[in-house]
Amino acid sequence: MKLLLERLRAGEVLVGDGAWGTMLMARGLRPGESPEGLNLTRPEVLEEIATQYLEAGADLITTNTFGASPARLRQFGLDGRTEAINRAAVEAVRRAAQSRAYVSASVGPTGHLLKPYGDADPVDIAAGFERQIRSLAEAGADLICIETMTDLTEAVLAVRAVRAVADNLPVMATMTFDKTRRGYFTVMGVSVEQAVQGLIDAGADVLGSNCGHGSETMVEIAREFRARSPRPIAIQPNAGLPGHRGGVLVYPETPEFMAQQARELLAAGVAIIGGCCGTTPEHVRALRRVVG
Amino acid sequence: MSILSDIAAGLQKGEDDRVAELVRQALDENREAVTILNEGLIAGMRVVGEQFRVREIFLPDVLLAARAMYAGLGLLKPLLARDGIPTAGKVVIGSVQGDLHDIGKNLVGIMLAGAGFEVIDLGNDVAPHRFVDEARDRGASVIGLSALLTTTMPVMKDVVDLVRSQGLHGKVRVIVGGAPVSDAWARQIGADAYGYDAASAVERIRTLAGAQA
Repeated sequence: MKLLLERLRAGEVLVGDGAWGTMLMARGLRPGESPEGLNLTRPEVLEEIATQYLEAGADLITTNTFGASPARLRQFGLDGRTEAINRAAVEAVRRAAQSRAYVSASVGPTGHLLKPYGDADPVDIAAGFERQIRSLAEAGADLICIETMTDLTEAVLAVRAVRAVADNLPVMATMTFDKTRRGYFTVMGVSVEQAVQGLIDAGADVLGSNCGHGSETMVEIAREFRARSPRPIAIQPNAGLPGHRGGVLVYPETPEFMAQQARELLAAGVAIIGGCCGTTPEHVRALRRVVG
Repeated sequence: MSILSDIAAGLQKGEDDRVAELVRQALDENREAVTILNEGLIAGMRVVGEQFRVREIFLPDVLLAARAMYAGLGLLKPLLARDGIPTAGKVVIGSVQGDLHDIGKNLVGIMLAGAGFEVIDLGNDVAPHRFVDEARDRGASVIGLSALLTTTMPVMKDVVDLVRSQGLHGKVRVIVGGAPVSDAWARQIGADAYGYDAASAVERIRTLAGAQA
């Protein structure tokens, strides 16, 4: 398989996969259960979801490790299994993808606020990221995908952790922004410009945004990144914000609508287009058709 | 500027030592605790909440302001209790079972405390029965539920159902909030209200608490 960054530098556009949380719920993940705990107990479910996204045309398939940092696993009493949980997730996607798609190893926020705003010590948070990322890399991940970050300091710790323990792997780092009167900022007050600067300095190869918005707003955020970042841009919108029908969550954006917006994302120069919360293999199929 | 507006200004800047010092000074000047609370701390937090709502300031600024508010509130609380000053209401809050995110929930707690409510914060990963037990045992009129994950949102309905099955419907109101939560969701699960953000949650809770018999 050609190297990811070479393809992006050559101007190729790649398609990411869609949501995992909603897919896992549809397969029996109970409310309040650790989604990553399933990596040990039902790895065949991961493989089946990965296969669906592969068949839908995804070039990158995400591992179910968003909450598999020891800081988050601890809350389920699973931090002692950090290595096994991360390894199982990479292996399951690899079994499905073989060499037909990249295994994109997800790393989400720890959920703790760093000092001085919270109690988390940056040294501990960095050590936790290193532990998770080492496991992901050793299991054979093709890239590390740091996502849904709102605190630039925490995002930088995660990017640096990749550089410290798996320097050969490409790093994608995406943050979640809110729309304000003065432009886009994360809830922690990070502007797109600051995100670009900080993430590039830390060593990220691909930058962008995921979650928080449907695809229309993401087009605006993509343009912000294009204006400020020389690096390839990754954008992964939600399928809008969820409603509820007959006991199940329903996301409003149809695959057709998202595909329409994807044309705008392509025009804005986005290099990786995928989906976040609420997107399905059908959304990925629609994105694939637009990207070609 | 009066000492009360100095307290409000210091709070907005997150100066906890200065706020504590000014509150002590105001008490020494024989100002009433309830006046210091309303015209100093609550007035300051109102500005902080409004500025955060429109993102003129961000979460770190709010957290520093909150630290300053609690520094002042800690000094006033025993005096308010001694004077028999009623709070704006009693609210049980927490992130629902399985949800480990507490930043949004903490923010609502800060804004509630900053609006004069008594806040019983059960933390995160809170089982449905604990919300209901605490509300009943401690006489709270509102339960505030937070969820950041689509995988934990359904637990909110369990709490709403439990309030009904325990015969507390109408006595204990339930408000829900969190990134994936919407007004439509609140209505569909039978919650009494939805808080779009911390500021609107406080306004809705004020209405819910005021609606109690």
